[in-house]
Formats: sequence, structure tokens, C-alpha cells
Amino acid sequence: MAYNLKQTLNKEERLSPGHRMCSGCGATIGVRNVLRGLHEGDEAVITCATSCLEVSSYMYPYTAWKDSFIHDAFENAGATCGGVEAAYRALRKKGKVKNTHKFIAFGGDGGTYDIGFQSLSGAMERNHDMVYVCYDNEAYMNTGIQRSSATPMYADTTTTPVGSVSEGKPQNRKDLAQVIAAHNIPYVAQTTFVKNFRDLHVKSEKAIYTPGAAFLNVLAPCPRGWRYNTPDILDICQLAVDTCFWPLFEVIEGEWIVNYTPKKKLPIEDFLRPQGRFKHLFKPGKEHLIADIQDEVDRRWDDLLKRAK
Amino acid sequence: MAIRDRLSGNEAVANAMRQINPDVMAAYPITPSTEIPQYFTTFVSNGQVDTEFIPVESEHSAMSACIGSEAAGARTITATSSCGLALMWEVLNVAASDRLPICVALVNRALSGPININCDHSDAMGARNTGWIQVFSENNQEAYDNMVMAYRIAEHPSVMTPIMVCQDGFITSHAVENIELLEDKVVKDFVGEYEPEHYLLKDNESIAYGPYAVTNYVMEARRAQLEGLRNAKQVALDVAREFEQISGRSYGLFEEYRLEDADFAMVIIGSAAGTAKDTVDLLRDKGIKAGILKIRLFRPFPAEEIAEALKGVKYLAIMDRCEDFNGNCGPLGAEVRSALYNKNYFPKTINYCYGLGGRDVTVDSLTSVFDDLRKIEETGEVGDVYRYLSVRE
Repeated sequence: MAYNLKQTLNKEERLSPGHRMCSGCGATIGVRNVLRGLHEGDEAVITCATSCLEVSSYMYPYTAWKDSFIHDAFENAGATCGGVEAAYRALRKKGKVKNTHKFIAFGGDGGTYDIGFQSLSGAMERNHDMVYVCYDNEAYMNTGIQRSSATPMYADTTTTPVGSVSEGKPQNRKDLAQVIAAHNIPYVAQTTFVKNFRDLHVKSEKAIYTPGAAFLNVLAPCPRGWRYNTPDILDICQLAVDTCFWPLFEVIEGEWIVNYTPKKKLPIEDFLRPQGRFKHLFKPGKEHLIADIQDEVDRRWDDLLKRAK
Repeated sequence: MAIRDRLSGNEAVANAMRQINPDVMAAYPITPSTEIPQYFTTFVSNGQVDTEFIPVESEHSAMSACIGSEAAGARTITATSSCGLALMWEVLNVAASDRLPICVALVNRALSGPININCDHSDAMGARNTGWIQVFSENNQEAYDNMVMAYRIAEHPSVMTPIMVCQDGFITSHAVENIELLEDKVVKDFVGEYEPEHYLLKDNESIAYGPYAVTNYVMEARRAQLEGLRNAKQVALDVAREFEQISGRSYGLFEEYRLEDADFAMVIIGSAAGTAKDTVDLLRDKGIKAGILKIRLFRPFPAEEIAEALKGVKYLAIMDRCEDFNGNCGPLGAEVRSALYNKNYFPKTINYCYGLGGRDVTVDSLTSVFDDLRKIEETGEVGDVYRYLSVRE
């Protein structure tokens, strides 16, 4: 079915307003738009790792989720969702479930890149018919902005605080989409909020309706953790893709496809400058640190282009 | 017609699972692993069951997948041992709190370290306060029978609490014994279909599991959970009565062996109870009034009933196959003493730690425990209230 923006936006919301996520939160924008990938009439079971999203959207006795929802623990959304999907196969076989149900797991980068990594890897390798969506805000925001393996180099976090002998996080970020692609599952994609959200909508629908395991990595800025002007989230996301810090790509049955190549690749400073977590990099004498980040961004972008050839 | 066979405890439990034909099994072979999933996946591969088997990448994921599956509306099972249960610990609590009647076949083996693959109860005892029903078995027949009864207890609407069916590692799990199996159809009819009221996959209806709850709700949630667990006691007795009608074998909350007029008694769990019964027979032949109370239901702990059963006992030994590291006693020691105290029964009591990591339990070693009780009778002195049996010091 051809993509139609108006139709997609007119779909009924599956995450109700009234949840307690921060205003301008990237995770909520991500969830609402991923769920637009579901076809009307299809039911879904949402699995959620412990996260801002979970504690703010299902606070007893209220839930914001219109679909069935399960939160188990922090590190096991992959396995939990796999269990639900296996139950679906079993109950379909017995005729106890007749409707079509789809399975979507959400986790932040902490629950996905780090503590939930084994559970995710297992679920992907077993090729459950499910989508795992990481809303990547590049740190443990729920527990107070601690660093994760998704945090970019030199970011100021509460466990990599900038100090007299520290420039922020000393290590590079993990490239999780690439790691999951190495599981050779049917569909992997990286996306964020750009322009009219077509990229996110199309990839969500593909991920949900591709039989077997699928993984979506969604850059979902956190205004509190990143310290940018909250209403500027779409500008921040656009800069992430125009600097090639966050390339938009898909891996379909092992074939790498770059979905967006900026006409003019912007310098990484443009993405870093509006964010308080990188403020220390703009003091005199710190230019070499920005150069380090630029080198890594360039290296990874070139590597991606080679894969996509 | 009952089927006579010779099976190991692992085979016996796997066969009960085949007859139950659960919807989903998720399992992982941590070291030490149990053979139960291996036997069971053979049934899956040969189309003898309809079960979806999830070969997860750890026991933590096994229990997590079980939680997802059971919440989705599927009767779900797993099997584990030792460190595997320890790795599940976090999510065992979640399963119980979500009121999901999952069944775990547990083969009791020592926790690390040192790493050891033999029997003791440190795994089950480590998980004793996670909100699960725990049923222990003395031999292969009991392990099989308890497995057949498990879902009837766990899924009862007044209970809705997960259940752990325990048997002793190697001694029961690997030893081949004579056993009487029920016919497949008899088990199927006894266990029945799982028809939960609400579940994730119910067509045209949504439900949410696993909320964040603030201070205002947690105590009420825990209190409701306790009620379900407590109800398991009566349900276990009701189910046992029905089970007796199909099997001819009778079960209670615990078994009393020559206990009625006993002056000297031993409270014990699992396979060593068989050895203890032989010990008691020999002592009775010598005119010594000895008896045994063998625990079947450990969680919920039938404190009042146990205290009443031990009412007339003058000298008591409580046997723990687990070191609890509280410095004073084992878990069974603490429970039984507390039960007696609440009823104002004060037999002279000692608590033993025994059989760790598969250390042999023999008629001789258990006779020495009764000898110790008789020494207390002679001297009037209890002495050390917490002792190690058969240990080199």
C-alpha cells in the first residue's frame, strides 16, 4: 500500500494523552508514530522495558495504552515479547485466538544496548515475529541521565561528569543497529523524526509487517538530558541526519540501503552546539575534542556508504 | 489402568508434562542443567505434544518468556536447577506479583560456589520468599504426582499463583525407580483446559500487566498476593483428594510417619525422608518411639498444622539441606520453631544442616541425629542448637 501522510496521521491514536512523560519528550513522539505503522483493525501487544516510558505511561491504576501491554523488568523486553509471540502461535493453533495480533517491544537505550542486550540478541536470533523498537535518547534518562553505551563520546552525563580531569564520556558509542544487523534478521532500520515523519512511518509499517524479527533504532532526543531548547526537537533531529551523526538506513534481508544523503554534509559542531551536554567542547582549546568526534562520524558514515554499495 | 514403568525423576516429570501438554515451554540448560527439557523437546520433535518450545539464551530469559506467555493466556512451563533458578530470582517475584500460574519443575541442586552439581536445597530455599507455591517430592512417584496436581493448584481462581515442583537432584532426578503412571487421558481430564478470564491475547479486549505503583498501592497489592498464596493450602488438599480418586495415592500438606506417639521426631524435606523412615523403623524395632514429619508444601508454610502434628513430641530435630547464612539456623529450622512457639509447644529442639552438595545421607548418619536427641533426654541439656551433620571440622 502506497504511503499516504494524511491517512497515516488520521489513524486513531493508540497512546492516549494524559500520560506523565515530559513535554517535548522524544520517546512519546517515537511511540505514537511507530504505532501508526499498525493497520487499523489489527490488535497489538506492547512490551515495554522498565524506562521513563513505562513508569510514565502505566502508573497504577491508569494506563495510556489502548492495546494490551506488558512490562516485566528492565533487561528482558526481548524475551518477554518473544514469550507473548510464542503464546500467540500456540493459541492460534488451538483456535483460542482468531484476530490478528502484532508484537512490538519498546525499550530505551539503557534497556536495549546495555542491560537488555542479551535478551534482545536472543529474541532476534530466534526470529520471533516481533519488532523491537529502541527509543535511543543516548543515556539513562529515567534514573537521572547516567551514561550508557549509546552515549556519544564527550557527552556530559551524571556518571561521566565534566570535571577538571574529565571531558565527559571517554568512549565512543556502540553501533547497535549494525550489531543487530549481524543477527541476519529480515529487517533492521535506523530512523528519527525528520520532516513529515515519512521515514519513521514507512519503516515502522515495514518492521511490523515483515514476517520474523525486526529492529528499529529511533533517535529520540531528551530535552532534559541533552539540554537543548525543548521546542527545537525537530531541528536537532534534522541536524543529527544532516551531519551524518545519525544516518537513516535500512538493512533488508542483509542488503544495506542508505535512505538519506545530505546534499551538504554539515560539520558536527552544528549538531553539538545547541546541546548543553556538549557545552564544554566549545571552550577555547577544546577544538581537538570536536575533531575527534568529527573523525569518528566521518569514519562511520564512509563505512556505511561502503556497506550500502 | 495405571501404567507400571521404570523411570528416572527427570523422565517421570517430563512424562507428566507430556500428558499435561502445556501451550508453551521456555527453557535453558545452565550448569548444572536438568534433562527434563531434553526429554520434553523430544516429545515436541515427535509431535507428541502441541507445545511451542522457546530455546531461550538464559534462565532469566526463560522466566521472562514464561511471564510473557502466561500473561498472553497460554499455560506455560519451564524446568531448571540450581544457579538457573538463582538467575531467575528477580523475575520470579514479577511472575508471582502478576499472579501468573506458571509452573517450574525444579531439580534441587547446590548453588555456586564452589560450583557443584549435586543435591541440596539451597536453590529452592533461596527462592522461598518470592511468592511462589513450593511443593517438595520424596521420590520419582511423588515428583510425577505433584507435577500432575501442580496446575490445578496454581490456576485455581482463588490462588492464581505460580508453583514450583521440587525433586532432589541426582538422588531422585537421575535414579531410576519403579513408578505408576496414569493414562494420558486421565491426566488430561484431571488437569483440564486453561481458561483464564483476562489475558493479553484475548480478542477484542485489552489488558495491561506490570504497572508502576506508587506508595499508595503497593501494600494492598502485596496483601492481595498473600491471600492467593495462602489459599493454595486448602486448594492443595482439595486437589489431593481428587487426585486420590484417580490414582489411589493420598497426599496431605505433609506426611506423618509413625509420628502419632513419637517422643523423638525429625522434620525433613525431600529424598532423605525415605532414609529417615528406614531409620525410624530400626529405632522402633529397638523400642524407641521415633517418628518423621516430611514436608510436602513448604510455601505457603502450613505452620499451625505442623505445630499440631508435633504437639506431643518431646525431642525434635529439624533437618535443613541448605545453609541459610543467618548465623543461627536453617530456613526450615526457623519456620518450625516459629510455628511451635506461636502454639506454646516447646519440645527440646536442635536444627541440623546436612547433605550439602550431595553429601551422603545414610541410616547411620540419621541414627546419629536420634542418638543426639536421646542424649538430650538423658542429660536434660540441649547444647548447640544448630549443628552440621557428617562434616569434617
